[in-house]
Amino acid sequence: MSKRTDSNLYTMLFAVGMVIVVGTVLAFFASFLKPNIDENKRLEKQQNILYAMGIHENEEGTVAFISTDKVAAEFSKYIVKQLVIEGDKVIAYDEAYLIDIKKEQTRAKEGKTRKLPLFLGKKDGKIYYIVPVRGKGLWDAIWAYIAMDENMVVQGVFLDHKAETPGLGANIKQRFFMDDFIGENLLNAANEFEGITVAKGNNDPKNLEKTDNEVDAIAGATITGDGVTAMIKSELSAYASYFIDLKKN
Amino acid sequence: MGLFKDSKLITDPLADNNPITIQVLGICSALAITAELEASIVMSIAVLFVLGVGNVVISLMRNIIPSKIRIIVQLVVVAALVIIVDLVLKAFAYELSKTLSVFVGLIITNCIIMGRFEAFALANGAWRSFLDGIGNAAGYGVILIIVGFFRELLGSGTLLGIKVLGDPIEKTGAYAYGYENNGFMLLAPMALITLGIIIWIQRSRNNALIED
Repeated sequence: MSKRTDSNLYTMLFAVGMVIVVGTVLAFFASFLKPNIDENKRLEKQQNILYAMGIHENEEGTVAFISTDKVAAEFSKYIVKQLVIEGDKVIAYDEAYLIDIKKEQTRAKEGKTRKLPLFLGKKDGKIYYIVPVRGKGLWDAIWAYIAMDENMVVQGVFLDHKAETPGLGANIKQRFFMDDFIGENLLNAANEFEGITVAKGNNDPKNLEKTDNEVDAIAGATITGDGVTAMIKSELSAYASYFIDLKKN
Repeated sequence: MGLFKDSKLITDPLADNNPITIQVLGICSALAITAELEASIVMSIAVLFVLGVGNVVISLMRNIIPSKIRIIVQLVVVAALVIIVDLVLKAFAYELSKTLSVFVGLIITNCIIMGRFEAFALANGAWRSFLDGIGNAAGYGVILIIVGFFRELLGSGTLLGIKVLGDPIEKTGAYAYGYENNGFMLLAPMALITLGIIIWIQRSRNNALIED
């Protein structure tokens, strides 16, 4: 006796029905929740930018953003100007923080001029230049917000990743790694753009030397570390001319 | 009576029929994510939810699923559940969803889930399937947490990110006496060895588990 569910027609109809039902349910969830998710992402960007310039609720050893209900007010208070660098032009644009870096990188690959967002923050009378960067880790994307002063000395960073290995590469977003960047110089002794290398065996685990263009790597996370190095080098070099102009004026 | 009989569905996978140490399923994720205790706990909770709900869904559908494409149906159910969980977390618990993001793909490929759908939910009622799902996920979680505990403690000297053995750079606590972190513990081979030791201890305590 063959069961009803064994026939080819039933199998095919079941497959089609299942795809329609599951597809509808997922589409419903995705579009229903999209506004909430987008809002979360927008607030996260603001939190990240503020974190880089040192506005956070960190306690000993932990990373804590400013809370989501306060972030919008703090963002408009501390971020005094948002700029977009497009070729030789520098334009003020109030929603520069919403520029999709990934899309701009694709545009650059296609030979078009990419938009480079830059945020100017002001805290205790000091100006911070904050730049978003994006690159590749071991498994997927990594990105960061880097706050500098006018001499391209790092004032703070926030690093994040999509899918690095927990316990290894994922530790780039831990304080012990991110805090190492603070005070590091992006320029070399000759005042040319050099970047910061995530280096193994730089004999400086406490990171006392700030002019060596190096921070100590995480053991077991070589490729993620190399990704951070490459990201800083390629992305920030695009901003170097802005800082040179800044000094001239 | 029924409750007592069914309670074996939960207790068995915790000990003598553990999905990892006895059936040797779900090894990939057990090796990949146990470098930190926190990740182990998060993964355990995620699998607990997906396996509990998934088992019920498959069990309710068991009489209408065509046998020829049942594996695909199971896969679709897991994938859909995981995506829904991910979306809901992103909308309402954004921080947690960021911690989880890396595990989402791993949940779908976890062979314990497919294994329980195939071996249990397709042949049993919803309530019993639910208990079986919870039991197996708990059995999986216990091993994950044990492995994660030792790997994080011996590899990084921390537990849940808290420095329990002192500071390795400042040389305080145990490090003042020449103790060093074993970086090898953070790599996958040591997860396998840790798992092997757990299996060894378990079998040496219960001779019935030793195969000829």
